[in-house]
Amino acid sequence: MDLGAAAFPVAEASVTVIESAPVGRRYHRLLLDAPDLSARSRPGQFFHLLCRDGGGAGPYLRRPMSIWRCGEGRPLGFLFHVKGKGTTALARLREGDALSVVGPLGHGFRLDPAWRRILIVARGVGLATLAPVTEAAAAMGIAVEAVLSARAEADLMAPEFAGASGAAITALFDADGGSDVEHVEKMLRARFAAARPDAVFTCGSNRLFLLLQRLAAEHGIPGQVALEQQMGCGLGMCFCCVRQVRDETGKVVNLRVCAEGPVFDLQAALAW
Amino acid sequence: MVDLATRIGTLTLANPVMPASGTFGPELAQVFDLDRLGALVTKSVTPEFRAGNPLPRLCETEAGVLNSIGIPGKGLDHFIAQAMPEWRRFRAPLVVSLSAPTVASFADCAARLAATPGVAAIEANISCPNLEEDGRAFAMHPEPAAAATAAMRRAAPGMPLWVKLSPNTGDIAAVARAVEEAGADAVVVANTILGLAIDVETARPKLGSGMGGFSGPAFKPVALRLVWQCAQAVRIPVIGVGGIATGEDAVEFLMAGASAVQVGTASFVSPTAMLSVIEALEKFCARKGIARVAELTGAALPRAWREAAE
Repeated sequence: MDLGAAAFPVAEASVTVIESAPVGRRYHRLLLDAPDLSARSRPGQFFHLLCRDGGGAGPYLRRPMSIWRCGEGRPLGFLFHVKGKGTTALARLREGDALSVVGPLGHGFRLDPAWRRILIVARGVGLATLAPVTEAAAAMGIAVEAVLSARAEADLMAPEFAGASGAAITALFDADGGSDVEHVEKMLRARFAAARPDAVFTCGSNRLFLLLQRLAAEHGIPGQVALEQQMGCGLGMCFCCVRQVRDETGKVVNLRVCAEGPVFDLQAALAW
Repeated sequence: MVDLATRIGTLTLANPVMPASGTFGPELAQVFDLDRLGALVTKSVTPEFRAGNPLPRLCETEAGVLNSIGIPGKGLDHFIAQAMPEWRRFRAPLVVSLSAPTVASFADCAARLAATPGVAAIEANISCPNLEEDGRAFAMHPEPAAAATAAMRRAAPGMPLWVKLSPNTGDIAAVARAVEEAGADAVVVANTILGLAIDVETARPKLGSGMGGFSGPAFKPVALRLVWQCAQAVRIPVIGVGGIATGEDAVEFLMAGASAVQVGTASFVSPTAMLSVIEALEKFCARKGIARVAELTGAALPRAWREAAE
């Protein structure tokens, strides 16, 4: 009997920070030395992080954090908005500090090798969750077009999103009205008409989710959305992180974001 | 080699460490071999489907958690048909936590669980503060606690019956004595204590349903005191629960009179916490020259002081 990674797919491990750096004005990135965990992580999965700074200070419970960078031979990376107690403690970690992680957790994005092109619509730090999709798609020969929405240019993080994927990025900003839903709708309709994507992906904005859900349904395009929710255990035991999702029969049920998600079918998810 | 085995009535556990109901599920088998635990304890099963409480269901404090999950579940039929086959994959004894709205329903459900292969014991959750209006529950007073226990005892005569008590009562020793007389094989002490947190920006409770059950390290001294009181009030085994995160915490509960312990909230912070507790217990006994972990039970109770003095 194999008692290794296959028998226990989720690890609780203390790993070493190899890079900790601010990104723009409000974001931060952490790279971790965790070769085994990085190799078995998939885009859209998450880790449950014990957010304690170098001195051990931080909130009692772990925080779920979607994977920003992962893969064979690469550091495990997280990119996050420094916002509350947890992310503040994480941003205080320095190279050489230890971080306790639990993961990889949840069901990630699914990519079909038959697809030729996908469209990603992300807002704010939602782009960190979708960033690994661009690289996975590129590796499968699937072209990626991305519409990224942000408050202002300093918050966009286009290089952090695209990595080496060569994704074609359209940036929209609040400041010039470019991120208004009406404008995004007009733009997406034009894209769907010009080069219909085989699938669409989104994360980070309720308004953009609703828009994409409506347009994808209208055009018969499959889609996936990554949902966020406050979590207790991260493993599916506490039933704290439920969201309303439509099941196959159309009935609205509570599903756990940690265990049944965090990636859900675009048409099954309900607005939050 | 330390003997970690512990006896709870007719049931012998390989070690005295098990999960607390509501903080555990087969999902944890993704992290470690659950058969290393002394027992497995399910989330509370209810007779009917329950959707659970409005969100947010969890609220963190400095050293603990308030929860008001509301026992979501698909009901007893689904549990027996769908969940039990999955639980039967494990060899560790399975304790099914049962919650019901009436004495008659407790009895019906206990009879059905007793007839279900693979159920080693029933843990009657007569104390969950989320269920009854304003947090009231069977476990608040001796009479309703005894009535529910007696009904289950009659309905499931041969089945080991543990009764989980609540800290939300004025005299837990009286409740413990009442359920012992009504036929309980063990008491589990204790469930979460009612608490509250308010969001000062919105002037609303932080939990979607208002009050919640408080658990975690900050609750440990209260739970330890309750175990100490119950252990002196009854002859049946006491299973200690409340804020246990380390081997030292577990030793304290055993010394206060517990025969076994449950680990709950700590598993959220460290999914492998129960394994750490087992290993630390064994090391503690080895260091103290204690051959059997059962020798720790009640070592700090006044009767042990008196025996030592004689």
